[in-house]
Amino acid sequence: MEDLNFQHRARARAGGTRQSAIVGVVASGNLEVLVERSLPDADCALEIKTAAVGFGEVWSAVIDDFVERYSPGGLKFSINDGGARPDTVSLRLAQAVRLIEGNGQ
Amino acid sequence: MIAPLKDIIPAERARSTSFNEASARTRLELLLDAGSFVEFIGPEQREVSPHLRIFDLPEQFDDGIVVGHGRLDGSPVFVAAQEGRFMGGAFGEVHGAKLTGLLRAAREIGSIPVLILFDTGGVRLQEANAGELAIAEIMRAVMEARIAGAKVIGLIGGRSGCYGGGGLIAGCCSALAVSEPGRIAVSGPEVIETNRGVEEFDSRDRALVWRTMGGKHRRLLGAADVFADDTVQDFREAALELLSLVGPFGLDGLRAEQARLADRLRSFGGCEDAVDIWTAEGIAHAERVPELSADLFIALANRIGRTSRDAR
Amino acid sequence: MSVIEKTAAVVTPSEARQSADAAAQIERREGAKVMTSWQTGRAARDARIAAGAGLAHGKIVEAKDATRLLEAVIRPGDRVCLEGDNQKQADLLSRALLAVDLSRVKDLHMVQSGVVLPEHLDLFDRGVAKRLDYAYSGPQSARIARMLFGGKIELGAVHTYLELFARYFIDLTPHVALIAAVSADREGNLYTGPNTEDTPTVVEATAFKDGVVIAQVNEIVEKVPRVDIPADRVQFIVESDKPFFVEPLFTRDPAAITEGQILTAMLAIKGIYAPYGVQRLNHGIGFSTAAIELLLPTFGERLGLKGLIATHFALNPHPALIPAIESGWVRQIHSFGSEVGMDEYIRARSDVYFTGPDGSLRSNRAFCQTAGLYACDMFIGSTLQIDLQGNSSTVTTSRIAGFGGAPNMGADARGRRHPSEPWLKAGAEADPDSPAPLRRGRKLVVQIGETFGDKNVPLFVEKLEAIELAEKLKLELAPVMIYGDDVTHIVTEEGLANLLLCRTAQEREQAIRGVAGYTDVGRRRDRNMVACLRERGVIRRPEDLGINPLDADRSLLAARSIKDLVRWSGGLYSPPSKFRNW
Repeated sequence: MEDLNFQHRARARAGGTRQSAIVGVVASGNLEVLVERSLPDADCALEIKTAAVGFGEVWSAVIDDFVERYSPGGLKFSINDGGARPDTVSLRLAQAVRLIEGNGQ
Repeated sequence: MIAPLKDIIPAERARSTSFNEASARTRLELLLDAGSFVEFIGPEQREVSPHLRIFDLPEQFDDGIVVGHGRLDGSPVFVAAQEGRFMGGAFGEVHGAKLTGLLRAAREIGSIPVLILFDTGGVRLQEANAGELAIAEIMRAVMEARIAGAKVIGLIGGRSGCYGGGGLIAGCCSALAVSEPGRIAVSGPEVIETNRGVEEFDSRDRALVWRTMGGKHRRLLGAADVFADDTVQDFREAALELLSLVGPFGLDGLRAEQARLADRLRSFGGCEDAVDIWTAEGIAHAERVPELSADLFIALANRIGRTSRDAR
Repeated sequence: MSVIEKTAAVVTPSEARQSADAAAQIERREGAKVMTSWQTGRAARDARIAAGAGLAHGKIVEAKDATRLLEAVIRPGDRVCLEGDNQKQADLLSRALLAVDLSRVKDLHMVQSGVVLPEHLDLFDRGVAKRLDYAYSGPQSARIARMLFGGKIELGAVHTYLELFARYFIDLTPHVALIAAVSADREGNLYTGPNTEDTPTVVEATAFKDGVVIAQVNEIVEKVPRVDIPADRVQFIVESDKPFFVEPLFTRDPAAITEGQILTAMLAIKGIYAPYGVQRLNHGIGFSTAAIELLLPTFGERLGLKGLIATHFALNPHPALIPAIESGWVRQIHSFGSEVGMDEYIRARSDVYFTGPDGSLRSNRAFCQTAGLYACDMFIGSTLQIDLQGNSSTVTTSRIAGFGGAPNMGADARGRRHPSEPWLKAGAEADPDSPAPLRRGRKLVVQIGETFGDKNVPLFVEKLEAIELAEKLKLELAPVMIYGDDVTHIVTEEGLANLLLCRTAQEREQAIRGVAGYTDVGRRRDRNMVACLRERGVIRRPEDLGINPLDADRSLLAARSIKDLVRWSGGLYSPPSKFRNW
């Protein structure tokens, strides 16, 4: 296992009012993303525990693009990763943002 | 034929969503009345396994089981759903404790039924002792909840089946609903093959696995009381049907069930294969049972008419 | 004489012996007065048949005598085609050949398209065989790599199917063919059934050039359902106690299709099938193409593409295509082989498939490969590695899977002369300045895949492992599956690269890097140049095509399980046990 942490400044606060959301499951090639609205509006943090050791640079690149594209201000992402591929990571992050931005359910 | 998910209303989604394929959370969301689910010890509380880190394995925030309460056709229910993709839905310490706690809550209240959506290969190898203890605690908690008057219904149709300790717990429930892809047993196919040889049981012969442990066979034997088509909506309807069917729990029921099982063993104990049992039940072209569509099969199972009286 | 000397240096003992015979013949002719025999091959064939005849009743030999038959008929150094096709395997004859007495049969030169069974390689371990020319080695790819490195196999070449078939008629003609059929009558007429595959080609080359054909059959019957191989081309028949082995190679379980594969499939349909109007095509066997097949009746229908794309296929009977067929998308399919469990469905859908008067499928790999090469406007398939020029290979240093049909499907046919809209449009994109009447069209050759494969192995690489392999094995050619200059498009979850629109090698490289995502190749892209290529439409992102990656959901698949496919088929598709969960 490897722990990775990333802090970013986001252009804007993420939409919606929902406090938390979770997508995905921890399985081979898959991951879960728990997203919580718990940070100042301009901040974004990601805590990753991954089963695939040595992919820090790739995570960094995926997250740079994600933050740039979705501007997830105020959100903290906690990730348990079963060795997912970068495209799956991008997809789950986007799904997590969609879920927490959609109000109610 | 199929519209994107976001365009359709919840009941439609429940009808078009495969129970087998859905995640534990999606199963609960669509099984219960829309928006009624409230989770206990949700993922944001991060009650993860204390053991997996030692084995350098990834954790899941809910430890592979979602527990809580909600409403089914307006009435309150407790629910637990295992996530069969995380470690095969296996029971660990936290995972087991969440289910035990839920059942004890049902025992205290007495009138609110429990739905357990099984999806498990059994006990998690990395926390075997804690897992085995959890199975025993859960079995006791199921019986205590039932004595207190709470109905405990098992719904089985996930990809990991209901094996090992899960099979034992299912045996303690008031009633079970199962779908075609659902499997119920204690020893899994690979375990049998490893211990008894490939001649005894070829675990890669999936048709054999399903006609021995799969939903259709379990329904025909009376081990499961209702057969559901593989949609969440069908499981919802099956759960409602079972809640209305299940009678009070007591010694008379157990004695009757004991007699039924003894009779079943006398009738079919000599059969080599499930097809022989179905043939002995008087089913014409028994070898074609696995190919039957859900409605034809339900009609057949109702005609055969075997249901458990209490245990299985 | 010089021609003979030149070839003799690189040929097998039997070829050398033939060359020597030919040289002797020429000398005799030079002597002018000596009697010349022009029928030595026929005489040799007759001698082989006579040697085996003692074991046969008519043409029929009992299974227990199969090894003795092979010892009688085969000579050391012979070229032998042991029918190993893509799917069908002459398994009884493989085992029989493996058991021969090495003092009678050894050092064979195996010329067969598929090296699939363990016995196919055991032959080399034991010394029964020495040299190998083949096309495909799917399940044996790791072992064949080890044996090549270990010097156990003298490799001729790894071919494409059509190329190997072609050589059967020129310089790799078998002395003996060991083939598999469903049934035979007592005369020796064979029914090869849905999995006819390579058999007619192998028999044609062997029987009409003084070779001996030995068939294993599942049963001997009074009358075969149809005659696929006429009796006079078959010398011996062995009845097998169990049906020949067939591998269900073309079944992809919809339950295993991922959201990423669905996204690439959506991009391909909307970004390639639709704008080019691709009606005649071949699909590879990966999950991305299975996703395309399953999206036609849903996503494709919503785009209004029914009847406009994907109507005529050179394709095995993929179960994943059932929903599209049932929804009226597909008009006609010609097949290389068959697929386990599809027989009844095919029989009931003869408007779509090629069937015999008996109703069952007639496949033919050589004809279908030709159809794919000349009569299809597109090939779309997956690979394991793509380099910066677009060269692709499924060969890695530890696995040599061979090519199968992909290089023929995935190549521009230089002999093509008939026009079609996609072919002309692709040609115009590649070469806008040439006058239209003299401009060649281009076949659309599409590589589809996710940027990372199993175990996070990147699809895109700076250098193909195939090149390292060639260096280590001292091969003159690296085993490249599809050459970069034939590839027209690359589709990944990152988007679509249209290589036809690239004007320089540098543009091409950046177009490839531009869809290579977070692989090392992708992260080393020149961001400005990639942005520029996107503006020109060389690279198109999902949003450029109006596709939201979040909509790539499994609910879009017309079938999400094997059981769904059975339902779509009205119960006619009967999947093998390994794909069942009922």
